[in-house]
Amino acid sequence: MDYGVPAALGVAPELMEEVSTGTTIMACVYDGGVVLGADSRTSTGNYVANRASDKITQVMDNVWMCRSGSAADTQNVCAFVKNAVEEHGIMSGSDEPGMADVKLVANVTMQIAYRNKDRLSAGMIIAGWDRRAGPQVFGIPLGGSLEKCDFTLGGSGSAYITGFCDDTWKPGMSREEAEAWIRRAISIAISRDASSGGVIRLVTIHEKGAEKQMFEPAQHPLAYDELPVIRREEVVA
Amino acid sequence: MSGIGTGYDLSTTTYSPDGKVFQVDYACKAVDNGGLALGIKCSDGVVLGVEKLLPFKMLVPGSNRRIAPVDRHAGMAGAGLAPDARQIMSRARSECANYKSFYGDKIPSKILADRMANYLHMFTLYWSVRPFGAAVLLAVRDPATGKYELYLLEPSGECQRYHGMAIGKGRQAAKNEVEKLKLGEMSCLEAVKEAARIIVTTHDEKDKDYECELAWICDDSGGEFKKVPKDIADEAIAAAKRALEDDDAMDAD
Repeated sequence: MDYGVPAALGVAPELMEEVSTGTTIMACVYDGGVVLGADSRTSTGNYVANRASDKITQVMDNVWMCRSGSAADTQNVCAFVKNAVEEHGIMSGSDEPGMADVKLVANVTMQIAYRNKDRLSAGMIIAGWDRRAGPQVFGIPLGGSLEKCDFTLGGSGSAYITGFCDDTWKPGMSREEAEAWIRRAISIAISRDASSGGVIRLVTIHEKGAEKQMFEPAQHPLAYDELPVIRREEVVA
Repeated sequence: MSGIGTGYDLSTTTYSPDGKVFQVDYACKAVDNGGLALGIKCSDGVVLGVEKLLPFKMLVPGSNRRIAPVDRHAGMAGAGLAPDARQIMSRARSECANYKSFYGDKIPSKILADRMANYLHMFTLYWSVRPFGAAVLLAVRDPATGKYELYLLEPSGECQRYHGMAIGKGRQAAKNEVEKLKLGEMSCLEAVKEAARIIVTTHDEKDKDYECELAWICDDSGGEFKKVPKDIADEAIAAAKRALEDDDAMDAD
């Protein structure tokens, strides 16, 4: 994009582009909880602005959000939703502060995304566990629609793995199966999508709480024709 | 304007020297003059009843209802000025619809009660408006807990949760009767009979005709606010009237 910045200023044009998360994000339900997964590449055009970013953001103790699209837009939508949901918890006199209904969080997010659809480029996935309805996943893609699903994908990388996911999805997976499935899918997306990369991040939410995990490239399942990562310490040794 | 304490009743924006807002007190008087409304919290729901006074013989039976649903899971009974009560109900409907469109779910009972109380309270703060001459009983099934709740909203903006309550004409006698009931323990089916009985017995003979309106929100009504089915309501009212006539006959003996 040409912003009319003189070359003499020394700013590469691609650095003037919007910082966006050309991304792979996904989430799925399993027997007793949900798993959210994401790669960690944040790019500004060709430039990798951050290779270890965290695209899975906490909204409440029991509800998290995967963000794709403009980093600025999604971060701010997330902050607004957090605020609105926390205020709602106080107004309704919730006996579990910090917890919220997943459906409620998804609806508020959708309202913000839809009412500002002309100004936002934000694709989000809301997933979590609540006492009322158990594990739930909601997709909120670009136009601001809202869909409840067993699993959903987002970001540029999703184009490379929808077929894989449709084919290998199993309802009623165990936590281990679900985590392995998401790691597999994201590693495949990373192998083909130029704007997805870095580590794989997972957040697993269930009745007892939420847990974060991170997997370095060396731990990724190998895709077709991919060479294994050799770690520096291995080379030195 | 002669003595101390006079001349403070023209607007809600001035307190009297002893801390009263007379316009609010007068609004409560308007409530006390209207027909009786009562609410009974039961083990399986809430029953609302209203004694609707009929000033004219030619009124179509069942018209100008004083009990109305505001959402599937909430309903109101008004006492006092009917148009004011209607305005409150209309606002409650907007609050329910507005909440649902933003949050995607039915409004929780506490939030509905709080928002309505705020609405009523706004009319006690400005010189240019008058407080509502109506109070309403609000019966809700909380969508999160599935519990039934009864609230009273007053012209002052006060909002309290009750096991049983009566407002309007003859409220004191009615409240005494409601207090005697096993509130929170009896079933709605029993409470309908009690509500009819209380409305019929506390009705002032001097008043013209009246109609007894009954509505409930309970497990039998599928958790939705509905009129009590005609057969059950008619029987409860007929039984109450029979009992009253028997009592009168005994008194005459």
